[in-house]
Amino acid sequence: MSLLNTNILSIITFLPLLGMLLVLLTPPRAVRTIQWGSIAFSLIPLALSVVLFFSYDQSKGGFQFVESATWFPQINATYKLGIDGISLPLVVLTTFLTPLAMIISTSIEKNPKAYYALFFLLETTVLGVFVSLDLILFFIFYEIGLVPMFFLINQWGGANRRYASFKFILYTMFASLGMLLAIQVIGLTSKSFDMVYLASEAGRPFTERNPANFFGWDTSVWKAVAFVAFTIAFALKIPIWPLHTWLPDAHTEAPTGGSMMLAGILLKLGGYGFFRLVMPLFPDVFGQALLPGLTFAQVLAILALLSIILGAFAAWGQNDFKKLVAYSSINHMGFVSMGIAATGLALAPNSTVREIDAIIAGNGAVLQMVTHGLSSAAMFAMVGVLYDRAHTRDLNRYGGLWAMMPAYGAMLIFCAMGSLGLPGLSGFVSEFMVVRGAWPVFTLYTILAMAGLLVTGIYILKAIQKVLHGPLGEEWHHHPLPDIRFTEILGVAPLMGAMLVLGVYPALALNLINVGVQGLLR
Amino acid sequence: MFAEAPVTAPPYLATLLWLAPLPPLVAFALIALFFNRYKQLSATIAVVSMLASTVISFIVFFNVWQLKDLGKAPIRSTFPWLPTGDTVLNIGVGVDPLGATFLFMVPLACSLIFIYSTGYMAGDPYYSRFFAYLSLFGGSMMGLVVSDNLLTLFIFWELMGFCSYSLIGFFFRKPSAYRAAVKAFMTTRVGDMLLLLGMAYLYTQTGTLSFHEILHNEEVLTRLAETQSAFGLSAAAAIALLIFGGTVGKSAQWPLHVWLPDAMEGPTPVSAMIHAATMVSAGVFMLLRFFPLLQAAGEHNTAFLVVALIGAFTAFMGATIAVAQYDIKRVLAFSTISQLGFMVAATGIGAYVAAAFHLLTHAFFKALLFLASGSVIHGVEHGHHHVSHAAHGNHGSHAAHSNEEHDGHSMHSDASHAHDFDPQDMRNMGGLARRMPITFATFLIGGAALAGFPFITAGFWSKDEIFADAYYHGLVKGDGLATLVFVLLVLSALMTAFYTTRQIVMTFLGQPRTEAAAHAEESAPSMTFPLIVLSVFALFIGFINIPKDFPVFGALMGDGAFWLKNYLASMLLEKPEAPPFNAVPVLFSIAVALGGIALGYAAYGVRPLTAGQTDPVERLPFFKFLHNRWYWDDLYRIIFVRPMQAIADRYTDVVDRGVIDRVLEGGYALGARVTKSFAEFDRVVITGFSDTVGRIFRAAGDWVRDLQTGQVQNYLLSSLAMALVIIVVFIFLFQ
Repeated sequence: MSLLNTNILSIITFLPLLGMLLVLLTPPRAVRTIQWGSIAFSLIPLALSVVLFFSYDQSKGGFQFVESATWFPQINATYKLGIDGISLPLVVLTTFLTPLAMIISTSIEKNPKAYYALFFLLETTVLGVFVSLDLILFFIFYEIGLVPMFFLINQWGGANRRYASFKFILYTMFASLGMLLAIQVIGLTSKSFDMVYLASEAGRPFTERNPANFFGWDTSVWKAVAFVAFTIAFALKIPIWPLHTWLPDAHTEAPTGGSMMLAGILLKLGGYGFFRLVMPLFPDVFGQALLPGLTFAQVLAILALLSIILGAFAAWGQNDFKKLVAYSSINHMGFVSMGIAATGLALAPNSTVREIDAIIAGNGAVLQMVTHGLSSAAMFAMVGVLYDRAHTRDLNRYGGLWAMMPAYGAMLIFCAMGSLGLPGLSGFVSEFMVVRGAWPVFTLYTILAMAGLLVTGIYILKAIQKVLHGPLGEEWHHHPLPDIRFTEILGVAPLMGAMLVLGVYPALALNLINVGVQGLLR
Repeated sequence: MFAEAPVTAPPYLATLLWLAPLPPLVAFALIALFFNRYKQLSATIAVVSMLASTVISFIVFFNVWQLKDLGKAPIRSTFPWLPTGDTVLNIGVGVDPLGATFLFMVPLACSLIFIYSTGYMAGDPYYSRFFAYLSLFGGSMMGLVVSDNLLTLFIFWELMGFCSYSLIGFFFRKPSAYRAAVKAFMTTRVGDMLLLLGMAYLYTQTGTLSFHEILHNEEVLTRLAETQSAFGLSAAAAIALLIFGGTVGKSAQWPLHVWLPDAMEGPTPVSAMIHAATMVSAGVFMLLRFFPLLQAAGEHNTAFLVVALIGAFTAFMGATIAVAQYDIKRVLAFSTISQLGFMVAATGIGAYVAAAFHLLTHAFFKALLFLASGSVIHGVEHGHHHVSHAAHGNHGSHAAHSNEEHDGHSMHSDASHAHDFDPQDMRNMGGLARRMPITFATFLIGGAALAGFPFITAGFWSKDEIFADAYYHGLVKGDGLATLVFVLLVLSALMTAFYTTRQIVMTFLGQPRTEAAAHAEESAPSMTFPLIVLSVFALFIGFINIPKDFPVFGALMGDGAFWLKNYLASMLLEKPEAPPFNAVPVLFSIAVALGGIALGYAAYGVRPLTAGQTDPVERLPFFKFLHNRWYWDDLYRIIFVRPMQAIADRYTDVVDRGVIDRVLEGGYALGARVTKSFAEFDRVVITGFSDTVGRIFRAAGDWVRDLQTGQVQNYLLSSLAMALVIIVVFIFLFQ
């Protein structure tokens, strides 16, 4: 067991890779074996990460289960892993969502072997991002993660999958190229890629101690370049308005399981990047003026506000069920950005933001990442269930399906209410905390954000109404749609359970997140 | 009356408080998950659970109803819920005098409505689902009542919003039903957003959301009153106004009243739940909870002013609209809006006890009126069914008619019966007193209470209390606002008595105006039993707060006079000035009640309407304006709904595709042009690299050539260009 004790993070991260290898060794015709074998195998990282969750010492805080090994001494890159209260919930979310997305994906008939292999690869790369404490390692996982997602969309996606997959990979690659540059500059400046060291007083890049003078540009210029590069990369991933236009295409065209992972986890890489890199490395920038009279934090808050409001309006305007759900992500992730802006502002020197407000906003933002992961994955799964039967996503062609699919209807209402942020389910807690945290910091934006929350209600009710209510759509009279199957329930019910548990007792996750956010702010 | 010695409540009460909302919530889960196929079982579980909740609540109530100082030291039980840095936000349950009175009213009214529903909903295909929602509804209201903090109150508040949405839209195939459901949810959500902000504000200022720690705490209240906020308001006033926003939505006050009349699209028991025991009561209940905050903001502060004006205006407007409606439930709906306006206005002039008192009595008589109107509709339906069967030569077939008929769960109902007949239209009724005696008698009691018939109805006592306060502050002490409130409320009360009389006469007296009315039949005992119980309360619940100096009655009550007032006294740190007994407002109260009834009887009772005859109110100059509800709905459609819808419909095409994607594509195109010059530079400087990249470049070009969208190629080109830039930079950096 000593190996498990000292290397548990490596084991969790690379176990899916072993799963991929096993899938590749299975004959392609053994479809059931591949499917259910993969699902069963993916429960191992889940179990281990749950163990991790309960073994993390909350009273101690900080990075735990740290592993460190020499890796690339020429450029000072090390193989360093570790988790804290911010990354651990996201690790659990990843290992939790993967089996569920795999269950939902059992309806995929085209080349399941390659599909499940890619899924495992995706899981490893995402977990790698969350546990990495070295910038180079972080970037490698971050970039490799694009490959399986690209193929999942490109090969198993909908009608417009090629356009969507290219748009997805080019947008994100474009953004991460800048990040790569920034990482290199940081490495040259601070002579290290160790994220813990870089976040410390001694290691922070672009300070007097660690100046950057290349090409005749001075430290402040490079700092701005690096900051902008990081911010754009992560803002695009979240995505923050107006960098969001890749999302509706990618999410809509991806296969159901892929959409669940995209919305559930990949978007969180952006928010996580802000917490893990942007805030610790550039704490003072949040308070600096970006535009006349506006600090960076304020600009971020305004863009978050626009994401909340315009994302909601855009979702309301959709007649494609899946696109509606896709746009809802922009709306919900706006609260993550809002929380980040409020927390970040507290880091700035001479900030007037009270620590308690920053902590509540930060807790809310991290929890919102988790809860959005649950609710958006559930919603995409429900869209997929319906699409598998009706072969259309056009909301105007459904109608009155509740009579035909009572269990599906009840579950859809539950998931939709989770997405709406109904109190009692987890989305409410995180949104409330962001609103509470942002209120004293960005009072006006918080008030305006309520308009977005209002429209959130409208598009959610629109979806429910168009699918379930009203007279039965003409074409379904002679083409009865079967109710949700047991396998599908198996894929969605755990998400519903998690939404309920976190909604009723959020401290389960928040005790941990609180430790992480406190660590960030002190 | 009150226990003198410091009586300590039994320790198990806190546990009971935790348990009080649980049975219906568990019932919801059980029905939804396991028993949704077993109709009778589902109904039984729901009714039993609500009764269990009632028993628990009554144990609590009868343990605390004589504790004089309960408000100073409420029974509470809390636990940490939300970690926030080094501190933590606690949530929990508690009972104080205000909560205790609700612990009596809410479960009792809910239980009766549940029992009634077993009869009313019989035959509905989604019978189990109905009881599941109803249980969640009842459980949520119980949770709201026992909450000792604003956060859990808000959670249950929103859950109730969800339940009302689901139940108003219960007949989900019917477009009018789901539209009403969405309207209810969205309109109340406007108020809820304000409430959410108020909660965030309050939490920011005080670091807690516990009612007791904020509202019974001199120091906190003073600090809130002294903190400045925007628009010249104190923080106390600003928070109070934001929280009042929630009340305006939930308790259907102008300008967010528009959802409530449409909410009658739901089955009638749901209307009774919404209008009496739960939804709308919750709004005023919360406002009363935050009364100390209003007080802290100062006697004549903006918050009090806004509350009083909105309440009085709503009371008046609701009453005028109710006069000009034909739908039996719609009349009641507007009367609810109007009566809630009474309570809100009372709160706004500082008449805390009177508002709470009217809230309690109204809950009983309005539940009674709605259930009785449901019985009327049921009876007329029955008659209509009977008649249409007879017309088909099927005389005497008393086939169990089901709610599928009138409520739209049958897919064929619209097609097979030419459904011009509206069983809720009072013009189609008349003479039902003889056919439905129990319903008539109970409706009469409920109507008398609503009209404020002197002495023998609860409505008289509570309305009189409001008048007494308004009269005292306005005409005795010379406060202009209270005077205005008094005038508006007296006028509203007059109209209330008038339209109630009109409703009773049109429905029950005279000759039947349709065949259906002539063949209506009395409802089953499961429906009439709750009516009888509720009418007892509609008559006698007023005796919990008889003024001490009231002639005859005050003496009769002895120590029991002003029980509610004395009981609630410990809720407030600063007691509002209580008016001494004054006969003038009492006489006003009696005069408007009897005058309105007399007017109504003169217009309708002396010569009852016959079939086809024009209703006298149609001759009123403003009839159309009133009948169309002052055109608020139409106004909102034009200034809010349509523009927002237009933005939503166009946003994606105009902004996302039209602007953002264009700009980004333009950037890529530019990048592609730069690439070409770069490629030249490249070939000269670093040949090896450019060869490799060039090869990838060409291969990629070939790959995407067949793609229809030329832009993809551009993307790829420019992206590779970026890669090239980076590589060049690296070569320089790493040497």
